[in-house]
Amino acid sequence: MHPDYQMSQLDVLESEAIHVMREVAAEFERPVLLFSGGKDSIVMLALAERAFWPARIPFPVMHVDTGHNFPEVIEFRDRRVAELGVRLVVASVQASIDAGRVVEETGRHASRNRLQTVTLLDAIEEHRFDALFGGARRDEEKARAKERVFSFRDEFGQWDPKNQRPELWNLYNTRLHRGEHIRVFPLSNWTELDIWSYLERESLEIPVIYFAHQRQVFERDGLLLADNPYVPRGEDEPLFDALVRYRTVGDMTCTGAVSSTAATMAEVITEVAATRITERGQTRADDRTSEAAMEDRKREGYF
Amino acid sequence: MDILRFATAGSVDDGKSTLIGRLLYDSKSIFADQLEAVERTSRDRGEDYTNLALLTDGLRAEREQGITIDVAYRYFATPRRKFIIADTPGHIQYTRNMVTGASTADLAVVLVDARNGLTEQSRRHAFLATLLRVPHMVLAVNKMDLVDYDVEVFERICAEFSAFAARLQVGDLTFVPVSALHGDNVVARSANMPWYDGPSLLHHLERVHIASDRNLIDVRFPVQYVIRPHAATDAALHDYRGYAGQVAGGVLRPGDEVLHLPSGFSTTIRAIEAAGTAVPEAFAPMSVTLLLNDDVDISRGDMICRPNNRPAAAQDIEAMVCWMSSERVLAPRTRLVVKHTTRTVKAIVTDLHYRIDVNTLHRDESAAQLGLNEIGRVRLRLTQPIFCDPYARNRATGGLILIDETTNATIGAAMITEAG
Repeated sequence: MHPDYQMSQLDVLESEAIHVMREVAAEFERPVLLFSGGKDSIVMLALAERAFWPARIPFPVMHVDTGHNFPEVIEFRDRRVAELGVRLVVASVQASIDAGRVVEETGRHASRNRLQTVTLLDAIEEHRFDALFGGARRDEEKARAKERVFSFRDEFGQWDPKNQRPELWNLYNTRLHRGEHIRVFPLSNWTELDIWSYLERESLEIPVIYFAHQRQVFERDGLLLADNPYVPRGEDEPLFDALVRYRTVGDMTCTGAVSSTAATMAEVITEVAATRITERGQTRADDRTSEAAMEDRKREGYF
Repeated sequence: MDILRFATAGSVDDGKSTLIGRLLYDSKSIFADQLEAVERTSRDRGEDYTNLALLTDGLRAEREQGITIDVAYRYFATPRRKFIIADTPGHIQYTRNMVTGASTADLAVVLVDARNGLTEQSRRHAFLATLLRVPHMVLAVNKMDLVDYDVEVFERICAEFSAFAARLQVGDLTFVPVSALHGDNVVARSANMPWYDGPSLLHHLERVHIASDRNLIDVRFPVQYVIRPHAATDAALHDYRGYAGQVAGGVLRPGDEVLHLPSGFSTTIRAIEAAGTAVPEAFAPMSVTLLLNDDVDISRGDMICRPNNRPAAAQDIEAMVCWMSSERVLAPRTRLVVKHTTRTVKAIVTDLHYRIDVNTLHRDESAAQLGLNEIGRVRLRLTQPIFCDPYARNRATGGLILIDETTNATIGAAMITEAG
């Protein structure tokens, strides 16, 4: 079966992530899994299903909903949650705006991306969640490269990068005081290519927008943004038809598409393996603000 | 394709960041936008070369101070292997970070500047890697270009290091002369050192044999979580009791006789499931679920092993400790929380035998306490037994973390030398 008792890299990563998930289920009272309908959270949900099989996933999933989603992704989310019989908690940025907790940004670059943090922290407090699974990977961004698998947050939801708990072997310190929580990243050691390879190996379904399709887009700062009601478009930003796919799936206001003809998983993997640009660099306006954009948002409690 | 995890220790001065940058760059693992960002920042800072250290220093404070503070993990792959680099700072005040990075490493790369030869720092890095039982070590003698690729310089450093390594328990040791700046012997063999007939660094990393580093002899299965579906509607699941966990040692197969600790009760394995499917065998580090033939009362923190090969059930342990707290010291009578495999117990330090000077290996038996980044040998008394092995025998059942009962901070790491 296993000559030399070797494991493939996907088997090692899968075992590591399942170990992390079981550790959380065993040691925390109110965990929740952040599910956006994106490929990383799809892998996370599949791993949770495998970690506790044949029992149901022993925690709910939560979507922080900016209201600016791709409809295909919301449809996918609802179907997947129903299949697994897990409880879905929706934390709405629109509700935070209506309640006066945050003020909507205005102007051409307005996005609800940053507002999500307040909605997320409010939901954590309301539901008293003590552990939140996130799909972030260390290969995505250099502030993330320094983050622990079990990442401690104080009672204000803040990350202190200079004072992180040392993390040795597979031993995770899960102890908390009231009001504090831990963000848990089971996919820390996965790369974008690992995610795609696992999606293919396990025949996992993903939203259709990850594959090449015709779409009306316009170009801004080198990103191809979808024509959508939430982004005011300038006169110098004409719409055109393009064959595109999404490499990441986030808020419509800041997630760009890439030109692509890859219509199957195998074709996407070929493209990902050959690409010379990082996925966040190619598709996310939110990381382009400054060298430390991600670190600053993470300190405040962003994922 | 398997995974090799390796740790690099050193400072910018040793060329560590340049070496990592070179590995990533020459294996085409740096993306165009990352390189562009580094070039832009280097220019903005008035540096006349592309500072590859900026690729690895991810935190604002690190870029401001020009130093690596914390462990950063980087990823690259070649057609043969996926690599996870634990990139750790080299200075003595970051010993705990290096210990952290080394804890999961299959291999450690110790960097030496060819002009300076062995320094206190390189000796410390080698010592910490062996303390954490990293099975393979590479001494990369860097900046060979600055000593005219002189074979005598290389051989002198190798001889000196071998003499030092003989005092440690270094498993497998390989020497590679490199110039990270020019790429000599990093990815491809160098034409500048025809006298060297060994592999390039990457060639070695791609081929070093790690499968047998794991303990495949002593069956150790710390029970992590009990799976009980509670599905009243599905009769088949009604009696399902699965014991989930990550194999810490040995090979388990259906039909094997196993023993449960603490009860001492024996039974046999009915089936093994991994990620929802039945598998014919399980070994480290697989996460699996065991189904047993007899009803035994088993819970998290228990251990499954073989009847004639058991771990120690120890309430007193001797261990090497690396202290990681700047807020408090370790001394006799210090109270702690200990996490070992899936079991968490309270502990008290009953004795501090000595503190070790990480630069000279000198043992100071008059030491009364351990401070931040200090290493020493202690005796711990636990409130409940743990099922453990010497760390040298099994890293997974021999390592434990120390937690502050009040602040919940992780304040130390311990490697068991003797149990019982």
